Amino acid sequence: MSATTPPPPTPPVTTLSAAPTPAARPAPRRFEPRSVGAILHREWRVFRRVWFSTAFGSLAEPILYFVAFGYGFGALVAEVAGLDYLDFIATGAIAIGILFSSAFPGLINGYFRRKEQHLYDGILAAPVSVAEIVTGEALWNAFRVTVVATITTGVAFAFGVRPGPGVLLVPVVSIVAGFGFASAGAAFGALLRSTHGFDFVIVGVIVPMYVLAGTFFPLDTLPTALATIGQVNPLTHVVELLRILTFGTGTLVDALGHLTVVLVFDLLAWLVAVKLLRRALVS
Amino acid sequence: MPTTPAVRLAQVVKRFGELTAVDHLDLEVPAGTCFGLLGPNGAGKSTTMRLLTGQTLADEGQVEVLGHPLPAEGKAARARCGVVPQVDDLDDELTVAENLGVYARFHGIARRDRPAAVARGLTIAELEGRSDTPTDALSGGMRRRLLIARGLVHRPELVLLDEPTVGLDPQVRAQLWSTVDAIKHAGATVVLTTHYIEEAERLCDEVAVVHRGRVVARGTPERLIREHVGAEVLELPGRRDDLAAITAEVRAAGFATRSAGTAVAVLGAEGLDQARLATAGAGVGRRRAATLEDVFVVLTGERPDPHHEPADDPHAHEADHTEGVRR
Repeated sequence: MSATTPPPPTPPVTTLSAAPTPAARPAPRRFEPRSVGAILHREWRVFRRVWFSTAFGSLAEPILYFVAFGYGFGALVAEVAGLDYLDFIATGAIAIGILFSSAFPGLINGYFRRKEQHLYDGILAAPVSVAEIVTGEALWNAFRVTVVATITTGVAFAFGVRPGPGVLLVPVVSIVAGFGFASAGAAFGALLRSTHGFDFVIVGVIVPMYVLAGTFFPLDTLPTALATIGQVNPLTHVVELLRILTFGTGTLVDALGHLTVVLVFDLLAWLVAVKLLRRALVS
Repeated sequence: MPTTPAVRLAQVVKRFGELTAVDHLDLEVPAGTCFGLLGPNGAGKSTTMRLLTGQTLADEGQVEVLGHPLPAEGKAARARCGVVPQVDDLDDELTVAENLGVYARFHGIARRDRPAAVARGLTIAELEGRSDTPTDALSGGMRRRLLIARGLVHRPELVLLDEPTVGLDPQVRAQLWSTVDAIKHAGATVVLTTHYIEEAERLCDEVAVVHRGRVVARGTPERLIREHVGAEVLELPGRRDDLAAITAEVRAAGFATRSAGTAVAVLGAEGLDQARLATAGAGVGRRRAATLEDVFVVLTGERPDPHHEPADDPHAHEADHTEGVRR
């Protein structure tokens, strides 16, 4: 070292002692709710800084739908599938809000955290597993989606939609559905090798999902093949579940049937996301 | 009573397509030592580090960290390890203190102990006055210190440092050496990879020179120098066009050489008189003590090994080419 180089600071030995605290902590289990909690905590910390953009998007998007479809189409179409058109699109708008607000963060954040920020590499060097990362992030997106769904419901009220008391269950539906869509987004995010892949996922998967789900028009107006695809679309079942809960368009058995489909979708999407992200991160 | 080695790799093989990044690697690192993995880019150092964190899985052989077999007990091993990666993966969406706090949670530090852990991390990083600063507003040196502090926030027994000072200026490097030295003296085992020879010489009790995924030599820096080079080196400067002839003449006289850029380094040159070598094109020789760098070049070759870049391993590829640049 040259004479002009300042001497290094005094080593902070006391702060670095390899105290026996690690041994005192129990060995982590294969799946730790505590680690999922840590992922949620991280998301909350980030959200405190970006809440305004989330709130703005949540408010602006349904207003645009109601203006375009409510005032626009609504003037031409009085009733659809036994519902006022405004009521019909209100549930569609809530479902689309759930889809977009969970699938996009799952897809885009998942990709950037893996490929660009290397955030997952850092987390996986700690005693956290891929399954815990996927679960924590999907849960966070599901919780966040309840805010979006609640705001959308409020906007619908403002535009004159008057749902039944079942509307109080909208946050529950949004958590259940948001978890699956966020996991599916994470699964696609784990597949992408570059940002060019977003085009394929958005145009090839997400847009068809919301078009073929009975959100703004009933599925039975579509050709049979497309309507059949719509029937296996999980968003269709979210929309139907919301309509049953808010406007009584079906029975309890129908509602449970749709809920079962959504829950199965959640499980499959989570399993695929864990598998694909593990493959992408652990070579 | 024999103690469990901090790290044990037995006949470990890791392949990426056609390339064998780690080739039947045997390595044991005793607890409480500072151990250096020294090797050129693409030698398999970063892949070895990722094997130790369970982020790369061995195709053959056994990996044990602090007595935990991997990957079966990977989480238990990682709970007792601190990892400082070569690629800067700090969380830019969080502040300095939040980065430390979140990792304290990941490591299962109890709520009541977290403030002290964060405060300790801030002290290690020398960022006490910047706890609320967004991470993306830090300088390169500050980020690197925070990265090290993050890896130490839970008081690990084993610290894995992958090229800890790559890309940093000399002052920051000296600071970080001081920190690593303190970790060592605090009783933790340190395993570090580097291709900075001086870093290995200053910090490591023992080094292993890795080449093409194998350990080609292992020992204390002093022993490796003595065994592979000798005590002294005589550097004979010459014009570029003359260096090949000088090398040939020195070798004909029975001495080993290596290229030193603008000179030919004659190895094991203690007591050697330059006049004996009859090197017509050489200038006045400069005598110096042999270093680990001489050992490194002797064992790993004078030219980079472009055919041994693990291009099929995205992680190792990035690590070898990013040179610590923030990504």
